[in-house]
Amino acid sequence: MTNFDHLAEQMDQIVARYPKSRSAVMPLLHLLQSDQGAVTMEGISVIADRLELTTAEVTAVASFYTMYKRRDVGRHHIGVCTNTLCAVLGGDAVYDAIAQRLSAGHNESTADGQFHLERIECQAACTHAPVMTVDWEFMDNQTPSSAVEVIDALARGDRVESTRGPVIRDFAATEHTMAFPDDGLAGEGTPVDAIMLAGLTVAGELNMSAPKPSSSAQGKEDHS
Amino acid sequence: MTLTPVITEFWDRPDLYTLAGYERTGGYRALRTALAMDPDAIISQVKDTGLRGRGGAGFPTGLKWSFVPQGDDKPHYLVVNADESEPGACKDVPIMIANPHALVEGVIISSFAIRASHAVIYIRGEVPEAIRRVALAVSEAEAAGHLGHNIHGSGFDLKVIVHSGAGAYICGEETALLDSLEGYRGQPRLKPPFPAVAGLYSAPTVVNNVETITNIPWIINNGVEWFRQFGTEKSPGFKVFAVSGHVRRPGIYEAPLGITMRELLDYAGGMRDGSEVKFWVPGGSSVPMLTADHLDVPLTYEAMVEAGTMLGTGTPMVFDQTVSVVKAVTRWLEFYKHESCGKCTPCREGTFWITGVLKQFENGEGNDPDLDLLNELCEQIMGRSFCALGDAAATPYPAAVKLFRDEFITATHTPVDQTFDPARSFVFSETALSEVGAR
Repeated sequence: MTNFDHLAEQMDQIVARYPKSRSAVMPLLHLLQSDQGAVTMEGISVIADRLELTTAEVTAVASFYTMYKRRDVGRHHIGVCTNTLCAVLGGDAVYDAIAQRLSAGHNESTADGQFHLERIECQAACTHAPVMTVDWEFMDNQTPSSAVEVIDALARGDRVESTRGPVIRDFAATEHTMAFPDDGLAGEGTPVDAIMLAGLTVAGELNMSAPKPSSSAQGKEDHS
Repeated sequence: MTLTPVITEFWDRPDLYTLAGYERTGGYRALRTALAMDPDAIISQVKDTGLRGRGGAGFPTGLKWSFVPQGDDKPHYLVVNADESEPGACKDVPIMIANPHALVEGVIISSFAIRASHAVIYIRGEVPEAIRRVALAVSEAEAAGHLGHNIHGSGFDLKVIVHSGAGAYICGEETALLDSLEGYRGQPRLKPPFPAVAGLYSAPTVVNNVETITNIPWIINNGVEWFRQFGTEKSPGFKVFAVSGHVRRPGIYEAPLGITMRELLDYAGGMRDGSEVKFWVPGGSSVPMLTADHLDVPLTYEAMVEAGTMLGTGTPMVFDQTVSVVKAVTRWLEFYKHESCGKCTPCREGTFWITGVLKQFENGEGNDPDLDLLNELCEQIMGRSFCALGDAAATPYPAAVKLFRDEFITATHTPVDQTFDPARSFVFSETALSEVGAR
C-alpha cells in the first residue's frame, strides 16, 4: 500500500480553495497524477476518502477527461496537434516523424519510459501551426526535423526551452502546476512572440491606433 | 478599416504580465472608478455599450448580467470560461499570456457589478503558460489589495480561484463547465434554468468568455460613447482577431468589428506565394465555411449570419487551393466524435456515423448516395441535443458539400491524398521533410 501522507497538506490546501469540497476533485487528480505518473486506483481511493465520495464517483471524473492517464506516462508527454489546421499545415508530417523516431504510436509510451506520444486536439495556437507540446508547454511552428531535434535533445537530457514558456521540466512537474498554478515560472522565457504581436507591429508601421477617449466622454466623469 | 489595438496596445512591453507593468499602462484605475459606482450603474453602462459575448454566441453581456436576481440572499458567482478549445480559436490564450491582469481587473469589476463574492477562472489544462500567468496575476492582485477582504475600503469581498481543466472541449459549453467545476463529469445541463438563475452550486451565476471580461476595464475607463465608435450598431466594439492558415503573417490582429476578411488578409501580408483563398472559416470549426466570394462581408455578428455563417470566436482560419475540403471536414468530425460527451444519443451516435462515412470518402471509397445520407444525418443531429456540440458537429459537412460537391464526387473513386498532395499544403519546405527521412 502506497503511503500518501506527504500529500496531505497539499490536498488540504486544494480543498480549502473551493466553496464546496467536491470541486477539488479535478485539481486533486492532477496532484495525484503528478505524484504517481498516472491516475491509479490507490490515488482514486485517497481522493474519495478525502472528499467523502465513492471511488466510483471519482473514477467517473477521472475517466471523462483525456489529460488524466490511467497508465504511467513516463518522463515526457509529447503532444502533436493533428486537428485540421495544424494537420494540413504539416502537423501530420510532424506526428509521423516523431512516431517513427520514438517507435511509438498514439497514446503509447517508449520502452524506456522516457516519452509518451499523443495526437492532441486543437491547442488554441493555430496562429503558430504546426504545434507540438512537450509536457503541455508550447513548442510552436514545428517542422518534422525540428520536432525530432527536440525529442533528441530531451533524450540527451539537454536544456530545452518552450517557444512560449519556461524551460521544459517533466510531465510530473507540469501536472503539479495544474494543481498549484502559481508555480513561480511566469517570468521565464519569452511567451509573447512576434506572432502574437503581428497586428500591433503592422499597426505601428502604418501609424494606426485606436481613438483615445476625449476626457469628457470618460466613464469616470459620467458616473462618479 | 484601420487596426485598433486596445486590448493588445501594450503587448510589446515585456513586463505587462506583472502588476507593476500593467499599472504603468493605467491598470487597476478602472477598478477604483468602478468601486465608487453603484453596481447597477456598471451593469447599465455595460448594457449601453452593447458589448456582446466574444466566446461565440454573441449574447449581450450587460443583459446577461441583469438576469442575475439581486437581493436574493444567495451567493452569486462569476465564472470565466477560459476553456478555449474550438478548432481555430486562439485568442483567449494569448490574452491570458500577454495581459492577464486586464482579465483579472475585469473579473473584479464584473463580480462587483453582479454582487459575486467568488469568481472562478476555468482555464483548459493543456495551456500551463496561460494558467501560471493568470495565477500570478491573481496572487499579485491579492497582495496589492485589489482582491480579498474589503477591497480598497469598499466593503466588497472577492476571492478568485484559478481552476485547471483536464482536456475536454465540452467544458467550454457553459453548463458542462459548471458541472465540471462542481466535481462531476463535464456534461451539459438542460436549459432552462439558465445559469443566471441556477448555475454553480445551483446559485445565480454569470459565465463569460475571457475576451468579453477583458473588455470591461476599458469600458469603465472610457465610457459608452467611446466604445460605440468602434464597430456597428448591432456589433459594437473592437475584436481580438486571430488569423491562421496559409497567410504570410498569421497572428493576432485587433480591429473594430465590421472589418472585412479581405482587409485582415491584407494586414496579414496576404496569402503565401502562389496561393489563393479556397475556403475560410470565420470563427471556429463550428461555423459554416465561406469562400473567396465572401471576403468583403463585414466581420460582424449580423453580417456573418446574413452570409449564412456566424462570427463565432472571430478567429478566421484560411485554407488555400492545396487543401482537400473532404479531409478538412473529416478531421473536424473526428474531433467532434472524440469530444462528444456521450450524454445525448443524436450527438454521440451521429458523430460516430458521420465520421465513419466521411472516412470512406477520404479513402476514395465514398458512395454517391451517401452524400445525401450525410446531410440527413446532420439534420437528425441539429437541434436534437442538449448543447451546441451536436449542432456544431452537424455544421461543417452541409456547408462543404454545398460549395465543393465535385470534390466529394471525386472522393468516391480517388483518395483525397492523391487528388491533393498533402505536402503541398505544408508551411515548411520539402527539404525539411527529406532531412528527417535521411536520419
